[in-house]
Amino acid sequence: MTDITELSAVELRDAITAGDISAVAAAEAYLEAIDRIDPRLHAYNEVHRDRAMERASDIDRRLSAGERPGPLAGVPVALKDNLCTAYGRTTCSSAILADYRSPFTATAVRKLEDAGAIVLGKTNLDEFAMGSTTETSATGPTLNPWDTGRVPGGSSGGSAAAVSAGICAAALGSDTGGSIRQPAAFCGVVGFRPTYGRVSRYGVVTYGSSLDQVGPLARDVSDCALLTAAISGHDPADSTSVPADVPDYPATVDTPLENLKIGVVREFLSDSLDADIRQAIDSAAETYASLGAEVREVSLPYSAIDRDDEGNISSHAVACYYIVAMAEASSNLARFDGVHFGHRTAERVRDIVELYSRTRAEGFGDEVKRRVMLGTYTLSAGYYDAYYNKAMKVRRLIHRDFERAFETVDVLLGPVAPTVAYRLGEKADNPLQMYLGDIYTISVNLAGLPGLSIPGGVSKAGLPLGIQLIGPVFSEQTLLRAGHMFEQASGIRRLRPDLAGT
Amino acid sequence: MMRTSDDILPVVGLEIHVELATATKLFCRCRNTFGDPPNTHVCPVCIGLPGALPVMNRRAVELSMKVGLALDCKVADYTKWDRKNYYYPDLPKNYQISQYDLPLAADGRLEIPLSDGSTHVVRVLRAHLEEDAGKNIHAAAAHTGVDLNRSCVPLLEIVSEPDMHSVEQVLGYARAMHRLVRWLGASEANMQMGQMRFEPNVNLRIKRGDVEFRTPIAEIKNLNSFRALERTVAFEIDRQYAAWLEDPEGFSIDKLGKQNRGYDDDREQTVFQREKEEAHDYRYFPDPDLAPVVMDKSWRDSVAAEIGELPLARWKRYTEDYSLSPEEADALTQDPETGDILDEAVDTGADARRGVNLLLGRGAALANERGCAIAAVGVTGGQLGELVKMQDAGEVNATAAARIFDILTETDQSPREVAEREGLLAVSDSNQIEQWVEQVIEASPQAVEDATGGGKKQKGAFGFLTGQVMQLSKGAAQPQEVQQILRQKLGL
Ligand SMILES: [Zn+2]
Repeated sequence: MTDITELSAVELRDAITAGDISAVAAAEAYLEAIDRIDPRLHAYNEVHRDRAMERASDIDRRLSAGERPGPLAGVPVALKDNLCTAYGRTTCSSAILADYRSPFTATAVRKLEDAGAIVLGKTNLDEFAMGSTTETSATGPTLNPWDTGRVPGGSSGGSAAAVSAGICAAALGSDTGGSIRQPAAFCGVVGFRPTYGRVSRYGVVTYGSSLDQVGPLARDVSDCALLTAAISGHDPADSTSVPADVPDYPATVDTPLENLKIGVVREFLSDSLDADIRQAIDSAAETYASLGAEVREVSLPYSAIDRDDEGNISSHAVACYYIVAMAEASSNLARFDGVHFGHRTAERVRDIVELYSRTRAEGFGDEVKRRVMLGTYTLSAGYYDAYYNKAMKVRRLIHRDFERAFETVDVLLGPVAPTVAYRLGEKADNPLQMYLGDIYTISVNLAGLPGLSIPGGVSKAGLPLGIQLIGPVFSEQTLLRAGHMFEQASGIRRLRPDLAGT
Repeated sequence: MMRTSDDILPVVGLEIHVELATATKLFCRCRNTFGDPPNTHVCPVCIGLPGALPVMNRRAVELSMKVGLALDCKVADYTKWDRKNYYYPDLPKNYQISQYDLPLAADGRLEIPLSDGSTHVVRVLRAHLEEDAGKNIHAAAAHTGVDLNRSCVPLLEIVSEPDMHSVEQVLGYARAMHRLVRWLGASEANMQMGQMRFEPNVNLRIKRGDVEFRTPIAEIKNLNSFRALERTVAFEIDRQYAAWLEDPEGFSIDKLGKQNRGYDDDREQTVFQREKEEAHDYRYFPDPDLAPVVMDKSWRDSVAAEIGELPLARWKRYTEDYSLSPEEADALTQDPETGDILDEAVDTGADARRGVNLLLGRGAALANERGCAIAAVGVTGGQLGELVKMQDAGEVNATAAARIFDILTETDQSPREVAEREGLLAVSDSNQIEQWVEQVIEASPQAVEDATGGGKKQKGAFGFLTGQVMQLSKGAAQPQEVQQILRQKLGL
C-alpha cells in the first residue's frame, strides 16, 4: 500500500472522496509521522491529536452518508501558531501568550475546515512572526528538514518544515515581508502570498496590519491552488478584505498560459545573489522561453540594492518596509500588557506602569522588543515626518514601479532570497543582515501584490533553491498557472529531503 | 474682591463629548447600552483580543454628519481613522481609534439664545468621531476591575473656539448643544449616564490701563453636569483673577502656559493636577485596519434630508411669527415633537396663541404629572387644531377646552366627539339655562338671600350661584350668559 503521507493534498482528497482511503487512516498516518519525525525538527508547537481524529471520523461518517464534505475532505493540514483557533492554544511562539486560548477561530482557518480539512496542530514561528529564521521563537527554533544544522527560514518556518518533511499534507502561514515565500524556498516547497485583501486577516494575530496576508504552503502548485481557493474571499469582519469574486483556481491551474510575457527584474540580479540561485533564475527564464513565453528585462528602481564606497549595502525597500512594519507592530503589540489576557508578571508591582513594563519585559523576546522600540521611535513626535511619512512616500514609489513594470509584462520572475537556508545562529547576532535577506520579498508586501515561491532546483550543496513569480493585484490565477507550467516543464516538483540523515 | 479698576474678559472654550445613540458600538456589533452588569456587552473586538479587527458602524458616521451639518460645519468628502496610542487599563488595545488630522466635520458655528432675547455665536473648530474607553471600577482596596461595556461606544468630540465670555454663554452653549444632539436623535445625552461630558478651558484677559494681561489656560477634565460646568467656570474666573492680583507678572500664560485641573465635586472647586513629566506623545498614525471613509455628495445629501428645522430657527420663528415670549418659545423647543404639534395645529387654521396656552397650560401640567415631554401626553396636532378652532368659534369655552384637552390624551376621538359625548359643547339655549338657574335658586335660599341683600356677602353669593349653574351645565354654558339670566331672575 502507498504511504499516505507521500500523496499530494489533491491525490489524498481524491482517494478519500473515492473511499480508497479513510480520513481516519490519513489522520492516523500523519499523526504517526509527526510522532516519528517532529521531535527532530520541532515544526509543531502543539498537536491536536484527539480533535483531528474526531474530525476525521466525522468526515468518514459524512462520506458514507453520501455527503460531499468539500474540496479538502479529510486532508490533514497544519496552521501557523499566529492563526487563532477556538481549540488549543494560540501562542505566536511568544512567552506572553504561552497559555493563551482564543475564543474564536480565524476566518481563513474556518474556511479551510469548512472545506473538509483536518487540522493537525499549530506550527512554530518567529515570535509574533518577527524574524526570518524561526530562531526568535520562545519555544526554540525549528530545524530545516534538508539539513538540521540550518534554519527553515521564517517566520512561517514551522509550516514550511512540516510540509517539506511530510508531517502535514499542506499548511497555512502568514506573509508580512516574505514569511511564507522565504521559508518555502529554504525548505523546497511551494508558498503563496495572495494579494492583500484576498484572504481575510480576521483571527490572524496582527504584526503589520497593512502588510500581513494569510496564504498556503504546499507540496506543489496544484495543492497550492486548492488551498488558496478554499481560504480566499471577502469577509465582512475584515474591513481590508476585498469584495471581489474568487476564480476557480484548481479548475484552471493546469491550463498553460498563451503569449505569457515574463519580466526578469534587473535590480534583483545583483552580485548579492548566490550564484546557484542566479543560475536557477536563468534556467527558469529559459524554460519559460522554451514554452513560448516572451522574456524581457524590467526595472524596479526603488527595490534596488545600493552599495556605498565602503561596500555597505542599503535599500529603499528594506528601510521602508521595516519602518512601516515596526511602526504598525509597536501599536498592534501594545495590547499585550498583562491587564486583560496573556502573561502577567508574578512580581509585586507598585503601580500599573510597573505592571506593564515588567510583564512586557518578561513576556517579549529581544527581536520583538527591538521592533516595538524602533516602531515607537519612528512614530514619535518630531520623527514621524522623517521616518513614517517618508516611508509612506517611498511605499507609493515602489507601488508605481510595479505598475509600470506590469504595463509591459504579465509576471515578474526573480529570486526569493539572496541565499540558500542560513546556518543556525548565522544571522542571529546581526539583525541588519537578516533584514537585508528580505530584500526580494518585501516590495511585494509594500505594494500589496501576490507572490508565488516555487522550487527552482537544488544547490550544489544539496539545498533547495527558490524562485519567485510576482503578479499584479488579483493575478493569483495567472501566477498559479505560470507556476504550474514551470513545474511541469522543468520536472522540479515535490522535492523531498532525505530525512534518514536528520 | 477689587475689580473696579480692571477690565476682565473671561475667555472660555469647550470640548463636548457626546456618546451617540446607535444600536450597536462603533467598531463591533455589541449593543450600545448603559447600566447592565459589567462586561455583558463585549466581544473580541471591543476587548481588543489578538486577531480581532474593527468594522465601522455607518450609522455612527451618519449621526456625526448630521450633527456636523446642523452645526453648519464643512463635512469632509473624505476622512480616515487614526490610532491614538497610550496605555491605560480601560483601553484594552492601548490605542484608541480616533480621527486626527482629517476630522469628520470642521469650521461650524452654533448660535445660542440668551436670556435677554438676543443670541450669541460660538464657532465650532471641529467635530470628530472616536471610540469611547471602558471604565475602571475601584470596587475594593488594592483591587481595580475594568468594565468594557462602554469600550468602543461611538463618541463624538465637538471642540469650540474660545468664543464664550461669561458663565451664561458657556451654559447657553452647553444647553444648546445638549438640545441639538437630542433634537437630531444623535444622542440621548443623559448626563447621569455619562453620555455628555464637558471639558472647558478657561483663562482671563485683564486690562489695567493700557496694558493687557492674559492668565494661564486651565483645562478642566470630565464634567458630568450643567451644574458642575457652571460652578467650575465661575470658580475658575474668580480663582484666576485672585491669583493674578497676587502676582500680575508671574501668573501669565507666557510663563505658565496650560494647566490641567480637576473638579472636586464635594468642595465645589477645581484642584491642580500635577503635570506629567513630559508632554503626552500619542504617536498618531493612520489605522491600517480600517479603510478611509468617503462621504460623497449623495450620502451627505441623504443625511441632510433627515434634518428638519433646528431648535434656534424654530425659537426665532415662534418669537417673531407667533409673538411668543423667549421663555414660551424655549419651552416649546425642548424637542422637535412639541413644536410639530403646535405647527400642525396652526396649519389647520387654528390660532397659535390659544394653541400655545393649551400646550403650555394643560399640556405642561400633564407632562409634569406624568414625568414625560409635552409631546408625549398624547394630543395630536390635528386634535389640538380642531379644539382651538372650536374655542375660537365659541363652541366650547376655556374651561371646557381644558377638560377636552385632558380627555384627548386618552382617546383618538376628535375634540367634537369628546365634547358631544361629555356634553361640553357650549349651550346658548336660554330656555335650558333659565331652567338651570331656577333649579339653583330653588336649592340655595341662603345664597339667594345674601345675593339680593346688598351686604358684604353679595358678591361672593352671586359668584357661588353662577358656579352652581356652571356645574349643572358641566361647563358648557357661557358664564356671561349665565350671569345675565341670573341677574334677571334675581331682579338685580
Ligand atoms: Zn464588542
